[in-house]
Amino acid sequence: MSRHEAGLPVGPEGVDAPVFAEPWQAEAFAIVVALHERGLFTWAEWAERLSAEVKKPGAAADGSDYYERWLAALERLMAEKGFAGRDEVDAVAAAWERAAHATPHGQPILLENDPKKHSGL
Amino acid sequence: MAARVRALETILTRKGLIDPAAIDVIVDTYETKVGPRNGAAVVARAWNEPDFADWLKRDATAAIASLGFTGRQGEHMQAVFNTDETHNLVVCTLCSCYPWPVLGLPPVWYKAPPYRSRAVIDPRGVLEEFGLTLPRDKKIRVWDSTAELRYLVVPQRPDGTEGWSEAQLAELVTRDSMIGTGVARGAA
Repeated sequence: MSRHEAGLPVGPEGVDAPVFAEPWQAEAFAIVVALHERGLFTWAEWAERLSAEVKKPGAAADGSDYYERWLAALERLMAEKGFAGRDEVDAVAAAWERAAHATPHGQPILLENDPKKHSGL
Repeated sequence: MAARVRALETILTRKGLIDPAAIDVIVDTYETKVGPRNGAAVVARAWNEPDFADWLKRDATAAIASLGFTGRQGEHMQAVFNTDETHNLVVCTLCSCYPWPVLGLPPVWYKAPPYRSRAVIDPRGVLEEFGLTLPRDKKIRVWDSTAELRYLVVPQRPDGTEGWSEAQLAELVTRDSMIGTGVARGAA
């Protein structure tokens, strides 16, 4: 097995490589840290959920889907704890998508820009 | 993905469970402030001061905290020292447990399935893929991190660095050498 096939680093060691590939990864990371800091779950509880997600079949060998799995673990834990149900996340995510489409390029995306905005959300 | 994270952030903020400003601070901390340079300072101090090395061996959490490196995922630390006889390698087979205060967040390969499964089964083979071929008679000890206990490998001090300052020594300490998938850079 070559280094690349093994999912091991192919380039020079990246001590200063960017920590997050995309901003949403940083946000998902920070949400977990912040909730844990408020004592809403233990780190062992979190590690167990994360472990279950990263061990599901189909994980990318290069680890590139790690934060997708991190997010799946977070969503699951939030639903279990009753903090954010799946339907609620679906609805607000759809509102964000609509708001993004309705916002002219270069302007900040606000949930208020959702054309289907109604009082329930 | 981005919309779902935004949605979670929106919902949790509305419920008063998170504060967006605090989220920004956490992101900034891990993007810019915490990283393997912290661990390198710990290793360089241990190389230079035998008393500190002893302390690090006995109570890594306190010794590391004395240099100001404390916080999340560093509450319970153990330092494992490489010697002529033994090389240490750290993995998290569970998920991605890692000593954030001294190394920052883990590299992608540390979190990937091949490393997590193979570091335990075939550490020598894994090290060879990292370009590190150890003598056959050198033992490899693999440490499996947990949500409670995190490890820092203290690599061997390179030859020819007598009299170097800690700042100079720290330059030789790579991230991989503190996970065990590498060794410190040579003095050359």
